Amino acid sequence: MAIVVKRPKLKWWEQLYLPAIFKGLGITLRHFFRTLSGEGKVTMQYPEEKWNDQLPEYYRGAPALVTDEQDRERCVACQLCEFICPPRAITIHPEEIPGDDKWAKVEKRPKTFEIDMIRCIYCGLCEEVCPEQAIFLRKDYAITGTSRAEMVHDKNRLYEIGGKRVGLVNKWNELK
Amino acid sequence: MDWAFLAISTVKIIGLVFLTILPMVAYSVWAERRVSAAIQDRVGPNRVGWAGLLQPMADGLKFILKEDLTPGHVRKTYYWMAPALTMIPSLLTCAVLPFGSRLFGEKMVIADLDVGPLFVFAIASLSVYGIVLAGWASNSKYPFLGGVRSTSQMISYEISLGLSIVPLLMIFGTLNLGEIVQYQAQNGWTLLPLWGEGLSLKGMLLAIPMFISFVIFTTSIFAETNRLPFDLPECETELVAGYHTEYSSMKFALFFLGEYAAMIIGSGLAVTLFLGGWSLPFGWLAPESTTAEVPFWHGLVHIGVFFAKVIAFILFFIWIRWSLPRFRYDQLMRLGWVFFFEIAVINVLLTAGIMMLPLGK
Repeated sequence: MAIVVKRPKLKWWEQLYLPAIFKGLGITLRHFFRTLSGEGKVTMQYPEEKWNDQLPEYYRGAPALVTDEQDRERCVACQLCEFICPPRAITIHPEEIPGDDKWAKVEKRPKTFEIDMIRCIYCGLCEEVCPEQAIFLRKDYAITGTSRAEMVHDKNRLYEIGGKRVGLVNKWNELK
Repeated sequence: MDWAFLAISTVKIIGLVFLTILPMVAYSVWAERRVSAAIQDRVGPNRVGWAGLLQPMADGLKFILKEDLTPGHVRKTYYWMAPALTMIPSLLTCAVLPFGSRLFGEKMVIADLDVGPLFVFAIASLSVYGIVLAGWASNSKYPFLGGVRSTSQMISYEISLGLSIVPLLMIFGTLNLGEIVQYQAQNGWTLLPLWGEGLSLKGMLLAIPMFISFVIFTTSIFAETNRLPFDLPECETELVAGYHTEYSSMKFALFFLGEYAAMIIGSGLAVTLFLGGWSLPFGWLAPESTTAEVPFWHGLVHIGVFFAKVIAFILFFIWIRWSLPRFRYDQLMRLGWVFFFEIAVINVLLTAGIMMLPLGK
């Protein structure tokens, strides 16, 4: 069924357009002077000003691996994150921990752990799925590189970003 | 033809066109970007140089270094001619603009023609050929549509543009732009008749048709220079980029600069005809006649005043552009043919009627 759109009946001065034009000019002029006086300033001058201190707690930046207080890598190479990763950015090659190692009872650890930051979509599913609380999304957002190879974060780089996490870190508590 | 005249003309041409108008073109692009940014609560280009003042240089460098691509499907001759045909008429028209009174005893106008406004209209309407040729030679649909629109738009608005200044010429009784400005310096600007003969009752009455003329003239100048709200030949939302869709690099830049040059000349003409050209208000520092000697510093002040007015008018252009939405095509034609044409004709009669009134000189 057709709907008849009621168009407003314009008064003669409205049909002249001129009042509306002057009104519009007034609005733009007000914005012009507001911006000039710095009152309406909203733009952040990016490389000089950064919003690091304004990032919310739940910000999802680059994913990274963490170690615990004994410098043991928390990751046990269960590969759940690799399987759940929607863009398949994570590649893990597990290895067995040798029997004479201090942490031999853990059985497995990642031999290589690579996240392709070109593929990563910062969805946070790896963090959510991790049973060992070993991978977290940090607040780093400016991940740049001049080649594809440079954009693949290997294990060292991931631990470098992630750092150390002390104590039981539940992903739901404020300590995260 | 004496050599002194040639040398002086060359100095004037280089001084006005190459050292003043072209830098103004570059910087009006910068002003456009900064002002539009301020209007939209943004910052605009502020990185290259202080407050982005070197941005035009960077833009120019970029344009020169870009690949100049000629698509395979174009008519090469016309395709190459078109950008020049847009740029040159815009620059030619500034030959008759009086940009100052006198300096070193020389009139500050390149060609002191007795048909100033006619010359401007004749040359300015040539620039439509550049656009039409660009649209036609590009041999693709959006440039073609842009070219067609531009033709009809320019033809429609040239009539009201010409008619709108007839009342002025009736009052001034001359077509020499220098004398027109001289008249305004002594007897009140066309829009501000507050001194000299303009202060009489008749002068006040004549300000009414003059204001109507000014509105029609300014709107038509907007349409002639393809500026928003009349930028239908290139409206990027419908026609990609209109007539210069297929152009790249410096050829595109020529279209771009041609548009801004036309805007500056249009502003200059509006200032000369309606806002007293180089003259200060209330007859301050006004020379007695066009032939009278002008002190050196008066001449400098007059040049400064002219360019200050032109810059103010350019800012007005920019302000309008970022405030008003584009007209629909039929609205544009209706405005040109049904309203402005008729109002301009009636305005001529109105002015003649007021001039006939027995109110004394």
